[in-house]
Amino acid sequence: MVHQVLFIVFGLICVAGAINLLVQRHPISSALSLVVVMASLALIYLLLGAEFVAAIQVIVYAGAIMVLFVFVIMLLNAGAEERTRGSRIALFVGVPGVVVLAGTVGWMLVSGSGRLGTVSISSSNFGETHNIAHLLFRDFLLPFEITSVLILIAIMGAVVLGKREN
Amino acid sequence: MVPLSWYLILSGILFSLGVLGFLLKRNIITIFMSIELMLNAVNLSFVAFANYWNTHPVADKSIVPLSGQVFVFFVMVVAAAEAAVGLAIIISVFRTRETLNVDRVNLLKL
Repeated sequence: MVHQVLFIVFGLICVAGAINLLVQRHPISSALSLVVVMASLALIYLLLGAEFVAAIQVIVYAGAIMVLFVFVIMLLNAGAEERTRGSRIALFVGVPGVVVLAGTVGWMLVSGSGRLGTVSISSSNFGETHNIAHLLFRDFLLPFEITSVLILIAIMGAVVLGKREN
Repeated sequence: MVPLSWYLILSGILFSLGVLGFLLKRNIITIFMSIELMLNAVNLSFVAFANYWNTHPVADKSIVPLSGQVFVFFVMVVAAAEAAVGLAIIISVFRTRETLNVDRVNLLKL
């Protein structure tokens, strides 16, 4: 019962933040509502027994990545969004497509929810850092090393793109 | 006890809102934030399924329930790299065009 109430509260905060991201015209308001979405997702991860993921959600996503976004918005002195027409294909094909896709997936999930079973707050220290580290540094060692190369390439790309040409 | 489908429906709602933001917003930074919202929605599905397979063991030993949370870790790494490169591109586009509106950015050339 407590689990359900907590899920509904944080889920509603998540959806409200995501809708606010779409409604706001100023990018800084959108960025702050995205921080709200990410913080409440971290609490939902805690409900799912994923302590490590919840921690890095707050530190990496809500901390590092969103600070980078806010920093760029302030650096470029971005004002409110201009109202221009935009792409007609996006409006008349994309939006109905999204609605159809969301409706189909939602209908399948609602009609099949009896077969899917339930999720409970686990007491088995399932998602603690120790277990994830074991899996990450043993079974997923090669992908882990490849992501470090990816990060290196991304840093070099960002430096090259950000360099002012003389 | 919460049904797994609730988590998946929340994930689907967040993903759809991300796609709508991608299609409808005109500011390049907000479009980029919509992509981050979609990545977050997928992460929620991963974590929900990790918990689900932990409490519903299967005979197939090749399925490790915790790997869902490791995938979330990788998605976050890729999102961080993507944010660094994407924001650098946005800065260099702004430097030559003085605008953040995607309708005024119709050439890939910097």
